Parts: sequence; structure tokens; C-alpha cells
Amino acid sequence: MKIAVCINHVPDTAAKINIGNDRKSIDTAGVAYVVNPYDEFAIEEALKTKEKFGGETVAISLGSDANKETLRKALAMGIDEAILLKDESYRDSLSVAKALADEIKSQNAEIVFFGKQSVDFDNGVIGQMVAELLNYNSVSNVIKLIIEGNKITAEREIEGGKEIVETTLPVVITAQKGLNEPRYASLKGIMAAKKKNIIEKIPANYQNNVELIEMKKPASKQPGRIIGTDASAVQELIRLLKEEAKVI
Amino acid sequence: MANKVLVILEQRNGKIKKSSFEAVKVASEISSRINYETEAVIIGNNIENIEETGNYGVSNVVHFRNPELENYSTSAYKKILLEHINSTNPEIIIIPGTSLGKDLAPHISAKLDCGLISDCIALNYTNNELIATRPIFAGKLLADFKVTSTKKIFVLRPNVFKADKISDMKADVKTIDVDNLDLSTKVIEIKKTDTKLDVAEADIIVSGGRGMKAPENFKLIEELAELLGGAVGASRAVVDAGWRPHSEQVGQTGKTVSPTLYVALGISGAIQHLAGMRSSKYIVAVNKDKDAPIFQIADYGIVGDVFEIVPAMIEELKKVKSN
Ligand SMILES: Cc1cc2nc3c(=O)[nH]c(=O)nc-3n(C[C@H](O)[C@H](O)[C@H](O)COP(=O)(O)OP(=O)(O)OC[C@H]3O[C@@H](n4cnc5c(N)ncnc54)[C@H](O)[C@@H]3O)c2cc1C
Repeated sequence: MKIAVCINHVPDTAAKINIGNDRKSIDTAGVAYVVNPYDEFAIEEALKTKEKFGGETVAISLGSDANKETLRKALAMGIDEAILLKDESYRDSLSVAKALADEIKSQNAEIVFFGKQSVDFDNGVIGQMVAELLNYNSVSNVIKLIIEGNKITAEREIEGGKEIVETTLPVVITAQKGLNEPRYASLKGIMAAKKKNIIEKIPANYQNNVELIEMKKPASKQPGRIIGTDASAVQELIRLLKEEAKVI
Repeated sequence: MANKVLVILEQRNGKIKKSSFEAVKVASEISSRINYETEAVIIGNNIENIEETGNYGVSNVVHFRNPELENYSTSAYKKILLEHINSTNPEIIIIPGTSLGKDLAPHISAKLDCGLISDCIALNYTNNELIATRPIFAGKLLADFKVTSTKKIFVLRPNVFKADKISDMKADVKTIDVDNLDLSTKVIEIKKTDTKLDVAEADIIVSGGRGMKAPENFKLIEELAELLGGAVGASRAVVDAGWRPHSEQVGQTGKTVSPTLYVALGISGAIQHLAGMRSSKYIVAVNKDKDAPIFQIADYGIVGDVFEIVPAMIEELKKVKSN
């Protein structure tokens, strides 16, 4: 069985993000990049799936040379093979999904893992789009996964609870926090990853359907009022919530 | 000819959800701006309150019905919707950004090969073009986007667009019994969490952080939430410590919420927590550290000990309520 995991290289969640001069991209100076946090759950689940059923794991990332760092991390965690779809142009989600789907198809992967969303553009759509393009089943926002033969049972997080979903292979799973505890790369893994080759490919170009017009800073909230420093402030707080904010 | 705005409604347990009415209102506003028709579609079995859709501005609702459609099925829902979209050819499709909508929308976008903008917090016409605004980089920035394909899908962040009733009109409901369901993906069970109200749907959220010191102290948070008619939320620190379930976590790796009131108790306000709640309308923070970052975005703050302030809040609210 071929198991694919699609991963993204994103600014560290604690990074301060500034808008670049073109107002359509961010100023990357001084910004540290990491593996998209949700993709770590996806990588871990790919590794676990291989440990159980055998097969081969492949990590795929679309982006610039910088994404190799993230692919390296996946290799260090134990992923067998890494592919960089090298492209630095602006692509909307569907165009990214098409490029990834092309590669997954040529890899003939039967099970594909994604993080439930990438924390840069926060769209949360690529996994499901890839599933649709490949005609695979899909379950998004997954916090538990059981594979038995051809059958998939997954729990996905919903408002107020979880849905237990049944489907079959081939499948795309998008990982939510809670699915597993991502492992740390071992020293041996890190050394081995350094020697592994990252395969570079040029993905096909697809037309964008979504145009980014501009990025802007959210209106900064006026820092609020400190009403007091002990319980005597509570009466005033409740009054403000009632009369000024009118929320209670 | 495409001259329709289609809004996809969602029901749970036979009732249309609030976020769907929000979407209806947005759809009907767009339609009246550009002189389009609005149509709503809903999938399910027995649904109580479909006609209510009329109160929010949509007079026509198509209800696809089958007992097997009571729960969500990605494969069945998308097949029905795609057939409906192909036969009625709407130009604009509005979908509420619930767990269901967020799952479904990208499938439809990929199949129709059209642009999708998720998590919209504003939709405005500028120079006759529909521009969607959405948060990116965990809310640290906003971005304006437009869709260039003929068909356009917009997924709305729940709780941002308010659903106000605009009339007493009842919608006309056309019920279509469907068979030939594609149930290759099927929900076989729903496990409800015992918390009464989910943070993702609550209009008031009372959240606790590590400053609450121990899981049993969340009794205070629960009591306050109950008094306010809100949901209990939590920071990642307390979820990781096993004090609260992950379903309550607010933030980047938890849920994104936009309630009217967010009360942060003993929460420092780390950037990843802010990512999930910064778009709350009013924020109250109680923290004993006057430099805690949560005060940067709080409307009202009390610098003090939660174990002194929260019981006082409970007392005061009881007093106010009994008056
Ligand atoms: C990739 C990534 C994703 C993350 N995702 C999330 C997420 O989704 N949600 C999230 O919340 N965090 C997330 N975090 C973690 C985040 O960085 C913080 O660690 C977390 O939010 C801290 O939780 P806290 O504020 O409850 O705890 P702390 O940072 O420990 O803060 C506790 C606060 O309580 C105050 N306090 C202590 N005692 C009292 C008292 N008696 N009375 C009043 N105040 C008191 C303290 O002054 C302090 O400000 C993420 C981190 C990473 C790296």
C-alpha cells in the first residue's frame, strides 16, 4: 500500500506577521518557518498506518526550496520518500489541490493524509478538494482512525460532539489535533534524512479562480478598560456588560 | 442563464441551525443588491422549521428528503447538491461554515471547478464586484479576495453575520423524495459531548486557562457559563493537562469562535489562543498579571485573582437576575 501525506511549510504560529510591499504577500524577513502543526498529525498517522500494514510512505509538498526543510523533517520522523513540487507562484487552493492530486495519482497512493488546515491561509479545503479530484472518499477533521482491510472507520469532530463515519479505501483523511501524538525525530532519523534525496518536480500550471486583492491589518482593538484590581470591580463590570455592551 | 443565489442550509436533529439563517440573510442581501433570485436547499428527513427561512428573506426552499439523510453523508449530500446545482445553475453559492459546510464546500468547488472562499467574515460589493474578507495567518491579518470563475462559492464564518428576522413571511417548501443515494461515506453514529452548548455555536463563552489551577475549579466556570447562558471554553494548556476535553479548546488548534461575549479567566492570551477568539465582539479578561497579553484585546479587564473575582461575578449575576 502506498501512503501519501501532503505537508506545508508555514510561518511559526508565534511569528509576528507583517505585510510585504506588494500588499499581497507577507514580509518573510525574520519569520521562522515550521511544519504546519496539523500536518504533524498527518505525518504521524501515515507512519502508524505503515507500521500496521506495511507499504511505503511518501511526503509531498508544493512550494519553494524552503519547503525542503519541512520535507526533511518528515523524512527524519520516518517517511520513506519526499517530493517537492517546485512552484513559487500564487496559487489558489483548487490549483494547489490539482497539482497535489496529479502527484498522488502518479504515486498511486491509496490512502492520503492532510492536516485539516494550513495555518498560513487557513482555508481548510485542500484535502477534500484532492479527494474530489481523485474520486476518493474523504473524511475531514479526523480525531480517530481505524483501518480494517478495505474499511475505514473515522471519528470526526463536529459541533457538540463527534460523528463516527464509515467509508472505504481509497480515502483522503484530514487530521485534527487529538488524532495522535506526533513523534519526535530520532537522532538516527535526522542523520538518515540528511542523506535522503528530495525529488524535485515541476507541477502543471492551473488557472486560478480566486484572486487575492490585498492583505491588511485587522483594525486594532482599543485596549480596553481595566475596571479594577479586586472583587469590588465586579459590580461595575456587570453593569457595563448590561448597560454599555448590552450582552447580558 | 445564471441569475440565482443558492444558499445551502443545514439541519441537525430535524432543526435548521442558526448559522443557516445567517447565511440566508447574507444570500438575500446579495440577491437584492444585484436583482437575483434566492433559493435555499436543505437535505434531511423530517425538518421542523423550514418555513422559518422566509423570516430571513428566502421564499423558496427545496427540501431533499430521505430517512437515510438525517445524518450527514459527504457522498450523498454532495451528489444531491451537485445535481441540483447543475440543473438550476446558480451563480453564487453561500454555505455556512460549520463542520458540515466546511467539509462539503471544497468537494463542490472541485467538482464544479469554481472558486471558493472559506471563512468569510465580510462580503461587500466594491465597484460592482463581490469582495470577500477573511482572516489569514490565524487572524493576524485580513485579506480581500474575489472569485473570478462564473460560479462562486462563499463559506461564512458562523456567528459573524447576524441573523435578524426581517419579516413574518413563510417560505414555500418543495419537498423532493430522493432515492439512489450514494452512501459510500456514511455517519453511523453521533456521539454527543455532555457539555450542553458547544463553543462553536455559543453566543457567550466563558473560558478557563491554567490560572484556574485545577480541573475541579472549572465548577466555577461552569456555573458562570450557566448563569450567562453560555458555553464553557478552555485554553490549550488546560486541555493538554487533561482538565478539559479538546472539544472545548479555543484557538489555533482548537475552535475558532466569534461570540458576542468572551470571558477569559486565568488565560494569558497567547497568540495561538487569540487566533481563535480575537473576533469576539466583547472580551472580558480576569488575570492576576496586569501585563498578560489578553488585556491587549480585552474590552473590560480586572487585574486580580480568579478565585476572588469569579465567585463575586456569580453572586452579582444572581443578584442582577433576581431583580
Ligand atoms: C502550534 C501551537 C498551537 C497552539 N494552539 C493553541 C490553541 O488552540 N489554544 C490555546 O489556548 N493555546 C494554543 N497554544 C498554546 C499557547 O501558546 C499557550 O501555551 C496557551 O494558550 C496557554 O494557556 P493558558 O493561558 O491557559 O496558560 P498560561 O500561559 O499558563 O497562563 C495562565 C494565566 O493565568 C494567570 N493566572 C494564574 N493564576 C491566576 C489566578 N489565581 N487568578 C487570575 N489569573 C491567574 C497567569 O497570570 C497567566 O496569565 C498553541 C501553541 C502552539 C505552539
